[in-house]
Amino acid sequence: MTTTTIAPAPVRPVYRLRFGGVLAGEWTKFASLRSTWVTTGVSAVLLVALGLLAAAVSAEGMDAVSVALAGSTLASLAVGVLGALLGASEYTTGMVRATFVAVPGRTPVLWAKALVAGGMSFAVMTAGALLAFVLGKPMLDDGVPALGLGDEGVLRALVGAGAYLGLVAVLGVALGMLLRSSAASIAVLAGALLILPGVFMLLPGSLPDTLSPYLPSNAGSAIMSLHTADGSLGPWAGLAVFAGYVVVALGAAAYRLKKADA
Amino acid sequence: MIEVRHVTKRYGQKTVVDDLSFTARPGQVTGFLGPNGAGKSTTMRMIVGLDTPTSGEVLVNGRRYTDHAAPLQEIGVLLDAKAVHPGRSAVNHLLALARTHGIPRQRVDEVIELAGLRPVAGKRVGNFSLGMGQRLGIAAALLGDPAVVMLDEPVNGLDPEGVLWVRNLLARLAAEGRTVVLSSHLMSETSLIADHLVVIGRGRLLADTSVESLVAKAAGGGVRVGSPAAELLGSLLAGPDVTVTAAGAEQLVVSGLTSRQIGLIAAEHGIPLFELTAQTVSLEEAFMDLTRESVEYTSHLELAR
Repeated sequence: MTTTTIAPAPVRPVYRLRFGGVLAGEWTKFASLRSTWVTTGVSAVLLVALGLLAAAVSAEGMDAVSVALAGSTLASLAVGVLGALLGASEYTTGMVRATFVAVPGRTPVLWAKALVAGGMSFAVMTAGALLAFVLGKPMLDDGVPALGLGDEGVLRALVGAGAYLGLVAVLGVALGMLLRSSAASIAVLAGALLILPGVFMLLPGSLPDTLSPYLPSNAGSAIMSLHTADGSLGPWAGLAVFAGYVVVALGAAAYRLKKADA
Repeated sequence: MIEVRHVTKRYGQKTVVDDLSFTARPGQVTGFLGPNGAGKSTTMRMIVGLDTPTSGEVLVNGRRYTDHAAPLQEIGVLLDAKAVHPGRSAVNHLLALARTHGIPRQRVDEVIELAGLRPVAGKRVGNFSLGMGQRLGIAAALLGDPAVVMLDEPVNGLDPEGVLWVRNLLARLAAEGRTVVLSSHLMSETSLIADHLVVIGRGRLLADTSVESLVAKAAGGGVRVGSPAAELLGSLLAGPDVTVTAAGAEQLVVSGLTSRQIGLIAAEHGIPLFELTAQTVSLEEAFMDLTRESVEYTSHLELAR
């Protein structure tokens, strides 16, 4: 019998699981997939291209900000899908087992994914909104009142669009990790953002008018309007309501992560 | 060290793991054996906290897995080679895991080298063969330089050269003082690598034993002796720890003595022998005897013997 060392190695390096590390790991995951870049690119192109198209066909009586943000609904669907895929693909590919063996606390993964998807979408979509506004300006119809970035509410609406779309990506991540299926999470997301407002219009009496400002997409897009329309929430109140929905979805996802087997 | 203490796992009405207790010790390769559906994978998932036991507890190096400050440094696991996003390259997969613990890039390169993945490190994992996937899973398991290495069916899909590589790797890891656990449904393969065996069937512990004692037990089928003077020989062989059973007019089955001892006694008394055969049972047969009752899917066609 030869002498065997009892300690695994003479000097073992000391590693630590930290939230910063989990965030770096999630960024690596995000950046190392072709599909995330394609989806992010598509959302940005949709926002800018539709904004420019709307500017080219603009007419008297429109405002320059809502023209520039004409692509925001489609872009919201694209970033939502991006978030949902980031969350659900962990489960559909089986990667989640490797992920949770490394991070057995599980919820840090959710927060890190939300930060990466939300932060990235916010940055790219804000840039897209500003680009659509600035590039579209010379193309606007003469009847559209001229506005600059310095005019009241313009910067708030454009950066607010980025914030709303960033939150939509976070909502997608939460739904993806909650429902663990790409198809289900994308369906719920599209239903909540696009179909729900239409369904509410069918309600009897004054219910549609009372409730519809609080629907996710209606509340969230209030930040993007230059002027608060009748029967709509104010920009910050609307964004806060939408953030509330996102927090609820994140909470549900965190609860399932903690309670259920991976 | 892994300590599994009275662990039970139920999914609805189905009990997958039933009051299971065993310990995997440092410096040893522990073979975790059982037929398909015996509860091996579920047990391994509970060890690393992916599933929560219905009752009982599992400790890794003295603590619950989730309580460790650097889980990847405590235990490295290969649960299945498909726990990877197919669109990501091998190196990025390992890097994403390494970053969570602040494990440097250099260590990622080391495990890629160790697993023989250098030529395909930059390729998408989706195009990997099963064998390359296994190697990537083993590389991921070794990333944190862990004190415990636990691999579920690691030689699945590996070519003979790869099987030999895994065998040598596991022996080396155990020699370094690490706890090594590997699961398998093949006794023959496992007995070549393992020092200790934990055998389960239908979630219950069937045997917790060393390979030597299982081999001894397997070989305990006695010695068949053929002699024209069987009766006389039988009386000469008889002793306190020896059982002699007559098997026909000129044949005996003797247990408690080796073939050599019987041959020498017979020669001493001038008794001719025409047969002297140790009735060995193969390890595989011993394993099948052990697990016969607990095989989940049994063929009703009797196998030709």
